[in-house]
This record gives sequence, structure tokens and C-alpha cells, in this order.
Amino acid sequence: MNVADKLVAMVLALAAFAVVIGLILFVVSLLERRGARRVAWFFVGPTVLLLIVGLLYPAGRTVVRSLFDAAGSSFIGIANYTAIFSSPDQLVVLRNTVLWVLVTPFVATLVGLLYAIWVNGARGESAAKALIFLPMAISFVGASIIWKFVYEYRFYDPDVRVNPEQIGLLNQVLVWLGMQPQQFLLNQPWNNLFLIVVMIWIQAGFAMTILSAAIKAIPAEITEAARLDGVSASQLFRFVTVPAIRPTLVVVLTTIAIGCLKVFDIVRTMTGGLYGTSVVANEFYTQSFTAGNQGLGAALAVLLFVLVIPIIVYNVRQLRQAEAR
Amino acid sequence: MRHMRKSAGVLAAGAVAALALTACSTGDGETPGDSTDATVDAVEVDCADFEQYGDLSGKTVTIYAGIVAPEDTPYMTSFEPFEECTGATVDYQADKQFEQQILVRAQAGNTPDIAIVPQPGLLAQLVATGTVVPAPEGVAANVDEFWGESWKDLGTVDGTFYAAPSGASVKSLVWYSPTQFEENGYEVPETLDDLMALTEQIAADGNNKPWCAGIASGEATGWPLTDWMEDMVLRVGGPDVYDQWVSHEIAFDSEVPTQALDAVGEYLKNPDYVNGGIGDVSTIATTAFQDAGLPILDGQCSLHRMASFYAANFPEGTDVADDGDVFAFYLPSEDSSTKPVLGAGEFVTAFSDRPEVQALLEFWSTDTWANLKAAASSEETGGGWITANSGLDTDNLVNPIDLLSAEILLDPASEFRFDGSDQMPAAVGSGAFWKESTNWITGQSTADTLSKIEAAWP
Repeated sequence: MNVADKLVAMVLALAAFAVVIGLILFVVSLLERRGARRVAWFFVGPTVLLLIVGLLYPAGRTVVRSLFDAAGSSFIGIANYTAIFSSPDQLVVLRNTVLWVLVTPFVATLVGLLYAIWVNGARGESAAKALIFLPMAISFVGASIIWKFVYEYRFYDPDVRVNPEQIGLLNQVLVWLGMQPQQFLLNQPWNNLFLIVVMIWIQAGFAMTILSAAIKAIPAEITEAARLDGVSASQLFRFVTVPAIRPTLVVVLTTIAIGCLKVFDIVRTMTGGLYGTSVVANEFYTQSFTAGNQGLGAALAVLLFVLVIPIIVYNVRQLRQAEAR
Repeated sequence: MRHMRKSAGVLAAGAVAALALTACSTGDGETPGDSTDATVDAVEVDCADFEQYGDLSGKTVTIYAGIVAPEDTPYMTSFEPFEECTGATVDYQADKQFEQQILVRAQAGNTPDIAIVPQPGLLAQLVATGTVVPAPEGVAANVDEFWGESWKDLGTVDGTFYAAPSGASVKSLVWYSPTQFEENGYEVPETLDDLMALTEQIAADGNNKPWCAGIASGEATGWPLTDWMEDMVLRVGGPDVYDQWVSHEIAFDSEVPTQALDAVGEYLKNPDYVNGGIGDVSTIATTAFQDAGLPILDGQCSLHRMASFYAANFPEGTDVADDGDVFAFYLPSEDSSTKPVLGAGEFVTAFSDRPEVQALLEFWSTDTWANLKAAASSEETGGGWITANSGLDTDNLVNPIDLLSAEILLDPASEFRFDGSDQMPAAVGSGAFWKESTNWITGQSTADTLSKIEAAWP
């Protein structure tokens, strides 16, 4: 296909799309005269249908499949679930997921919050914010590849005549400081933390942006009143800022926590889940698609779903409370 | 006004979606260039040889394969004489997602006429879908004549012969630097004992660690170690035990496999022998397999066991020749009386028994085609393609590594065995075997490693 053909195909596709949309709008305009309820069904119907076909049905199938063996042919009850909670390999996966969910949201939020307060009202605020927000614009896979280079290891032996060039930034810094280069992605269990750093690097910008907006929304009267009462900066933070932005903090924390439960790209790109760094989402993919154990993979997917539910429930409740106030 | 703006927004969003759709559709279905002007000069073609296939004017045969540009053009060139002499059209479609897609297509009944399948395991899966047709008589006769029993077995599922081999590659190679060997007076080893003696000598000389290795390969991390182990099973136990091991007639943690993995460990787990130019033993786990052999060029490493395709990983301008910067030698066997060869290959699988498809299959299995393809590859991609077809005239090869590989493959003493992990069930072959090998190199014991893989066998 040459460029002209592609352009023609594109124009045709656009025209076809316009015709379909035009048709829908035309039908709706006909229905509109017969009452709003029909129009509502006309729009909601396809969505509901797609949700059933694309979400509810596969979810149900996954739950059923998690009760079957690797090939999906014979029923084995909850054996896949007991495997997740008893086999040493799977316990490492669970441990790592817990580590991700405990460490990342708090550190990323803390970094974002401190940064937001620190640059608030300072000169060059927007430039400073852009700096920390930029990693958000990079895809997880892109960020992982960047950090993989940062962590890259080559040996360094002062007694050897020729040492290989350090490719990794971090190890080069260590060598300059007179220390031994480290295998950041291999040495357990610390390698998990070095993966988490990547997530924090990405999410701190997200936390900072949202929290900064919340801080700016605190009414000036409140902070002024507190200042007149003679509070110190730390007291202002503790008793005014944090309570005022609490709903936003909860949203940021839970959003990052959900992201961490589902984290896949970083682990897959940087270690492939090897060297004791696998997490539930990655293990689910590996078991389902490379190791051919569909039952265990489905069980892991269900577990992931179950783990996300309480966080979402908490998140929604907090939002409702905030709205009620 | 508000209403209007909304629908305009929807239109714009839809336009983006439509754009994305067209981009996808043109990307996927694209058939690589019709500009097949190149002709194969090196091989004389006489249309009289094609008379047996009859007049196939107006007929089209579709081929679906994972071999993408630039390696696809020699394929199309090699079919040109067939097209010219019979009047048939060969429609070659390449897709990087071939290995996943062909199964999906077969299960959905939407099959091409012919697929180039790179693994016997995948062939068996395809046969299980009931869409593959057995190979015609003529193809079977050609395979008997040009390839022999072991290759025919690889294309056979449950006693029925389905697919003739096409290309092949050799994995039992050790890369080295001829220049470095000459400077230090090292000799290419003839037996495994020689190889160990050479390793000790290089380590004792102290200029560099003898071996370098790397097994990181994304989700397939670990596969170079499985190749190492397969090569050692072939050498410690011999081809028959290898077959039993691959088909799980002997346990994965039985005696021979244990000895084989320990034999690998003598090289790769000895801190004095690895990892030249990179670090200690554990760096093997995190070094990308593409980078692992490069320290040979800087003299930081002397030996690197990797398949023939590794030639493409050396930077442009590297002289790959037996007197150049890098070259490879056959990973020796216990003694020179046996010559087990580990390798891989492709299998021409048909989903239709229409006469034009059968005709192309038969042509494809001849020595004429093998030479046409070899000459086309040499001309258009500088080589990189060989076959185990004994009718292959090595004059049609230009690349020294191709020549070496073909020499190893076509040596009557060679006993070819296909990459075992490709034939094992996915839970082992692309699951536990990769994963536990990686754990093994980072410290897990041989016994633990093998018993864990054994436990994963479905």
C-alpha cells in the first residue's frame, strides 16, 4: 500500500464513521419525540451490552477457570488458591505485592506532598513542578528501560589492568565514590526496592500535582487565622494543611495503591519477574501465557480482583463523605 | 450550541479511533513489496522440470510465516521460477506475531494454504486442531532422499508425516577470536577434554576469564542455559538418551540430566572461568544474551557458546571469518567418533490439498529449491540461511558461518537433534526450564533445580 492508498483508506474510514454516527444521531432525534426514557435506553443499552460481553462474562469465566487444572479440562476445586498461599514461589510473589502496596503509595505521596509544599509560591514554581511531573509523561515500559540502563552492572576490580566501561549511571557514580558496583536488579530482596523506585519516580509527580492543587484550594483565611494564633510551620502543616487536604490525600494514596497492585510493566520489563521480584499481575501473565497453567493464572487474576475491591470501596466511601460535608 | 459542540467532540474522538484503525489495518495485512525484480543467477532453472506440476495459471497459494523483512525477500525470490514456469502466484505474508496468530487462525478455521512453522511442538499443536493435511507422497520421497530419518521424525505427529523441513540452524557452536587464539597459541579443541584443558589454560594465563555468557532475554530469560544443558545431555548421554529425556521417558532429574547440568556448571558456575568482561557468575543471569559475546572483541573473554545466528549481533565491520575478529567452532563431543549437533529448523506445514498447494510443497522439498533459496539469501541478505537438505551445494553460500554450519549439518557423521525445550510441554519448555535454569545460575543447587523442573512436568 502506498501513501495515496493509505490516505484514501483513511478518508473512507472517516466517512464511514461519520455516516454511522450521523445515523445514530438521526435515530435518536426520531426517538427524542417519543420520550426521554427511550433515548436513555438507546444510549445505555449498547454500553450495558458491551459491559456484559466484555467485562462480566470474562470475569465469570475467569472465576470458573480458576477452579480447573492447568489445561482447563478437569475440576480441581480450590487447589489453585491453596497453591498460591502455600508454594514457596507463590509466597514470594505475595510478599512482593504486599511490599509494593505498602511502600510505594506512602513514599510517592510523601515525596509529592513535601515537594508541593516546598515549591508552593516559590519563584519558578511551574518550572519546578514540570520537572517532577515529566516522568508521568513517560510510559511504564519506557521508564523501566531507562532505569534498567541506570542500574546496569559491569564488574570493577582495581587490581585488573583493564576494567570494562560502566554502562549504568548509578554504578559509575559508585565507582567514582570508590565503592564497588552493585547488581541492583539481582541482589534479593533489595532488588524489589529498586523496582519500586521506578514507580515512585513516576507517581510522585502525579501526587505532587493533585496535592498542590488541593493545598492552593485551602482558604487563605484559615491559614491566616492560624498564623495569627502563632502556630509554627510544622504545626500549620500538621493541624491545618493535612486535615484540609485529607480527602485528596486518600484519593492519591488509594489510586497509587491500586496502580501498585496491578503493576506489571515495570516488573516485566526490568526483571521479567525473575530473581524473586515477581508480583501477582506479572505472575498471572507468566502462568497463563508462557507456562501454560491457565488455572493458576486465572486464580491469580481473581486474587488480584479481590485485593483491589476493599481499596476501591474505601476510596468511594471517602469520596461520598467528602461530598456530604 | 452546547449540544453541537458535544457531537463535534464525539466526531473528533471517533476520527482518532478511525485513524488508529486504518493505521492498524494497513500495518497488519501488508504484504512485503511486490518488487521481486531480483533474479537468481547462480542456479540454472529449466522449466521442463516443472512440467510434472501441470499448468497452474490463475491459481494462488498463500504462505503465512514469521519470517519478516529483510529475510522474507529471498523466500519470494526462490519461488519465482515456480511462478514463472507453472503460472501460479505465490502470496507470501509475514507476521511477527506468527507463533501466537497461527494457532488462533487454525482454531478459527481461517488457515493459510501453507505455514512455515519454526517448532515441532507448535506443529503438534496445529495438528491437534485437525486443520493440517498430511504431506503428499512426493514430499515424503524427497525428505527420505535429502534429509533422512531424524528430520522426517520431527515433521511427524502420531505416526503421520505432515511437514517437510526447510531452513535449519546450528546451536552447537562456540564463538572465539581467531586473532586472540593465534597470539596466545591456543588451538581449537577437538574433544570435551580439550575444551576443559583450553579453559584451564586461558584461566591460568590470566589475561582474561575464558568464558562469557548471558541469559537475559525478557520473558524468555534462561533459554541460552537450556541450550547449554541440551548440548551437554547430547554429549554425556548420547542422542538416544536425549530423545528419552525430551519425551520424558526418563525423569528430568535422573542421572544423565544431572551429570549434564553439572557439566555445564563446571564451566559456567566456576568463578575463575566466567564471566569474562562482565563480572562474576551471577551476572550471567542479568546480561542480555545479545551482549554476552561482545567482550570477545575486546579480548576480555575468549569463548562464548551460542547459535549460528549470533553472527548478526557483532557490530558492523566485524570480520567474521576463520582468520578474522571472531569465528566459531563446533562444540566438541566427548571423543571425535561421535558428532551430536543441537539445532533448530522450520517445517513447511500445509492446510490444503489443492493441486497447486501440493505442487509448491513438492518443489519446496527439492534440492533445486534449497539451492535457489541459498543463492537468493546469499545475494540479497548476505547469507544467514542454511538447510539440512543434502542436495545443498555449498558453493551457493557466501557467509563463512553459513559454510561452517552447513558443513556441520551435512557431515554424514553428524547426529542432528532439535532444540529439546521447543519440544517439551509449555509448562516446562517455556516455563520451569527457563525459570529454574535462571535460579540455578544465581545459586540454586543442581538437584533442587532439576527436581523442581521435574515437578512442573504436566
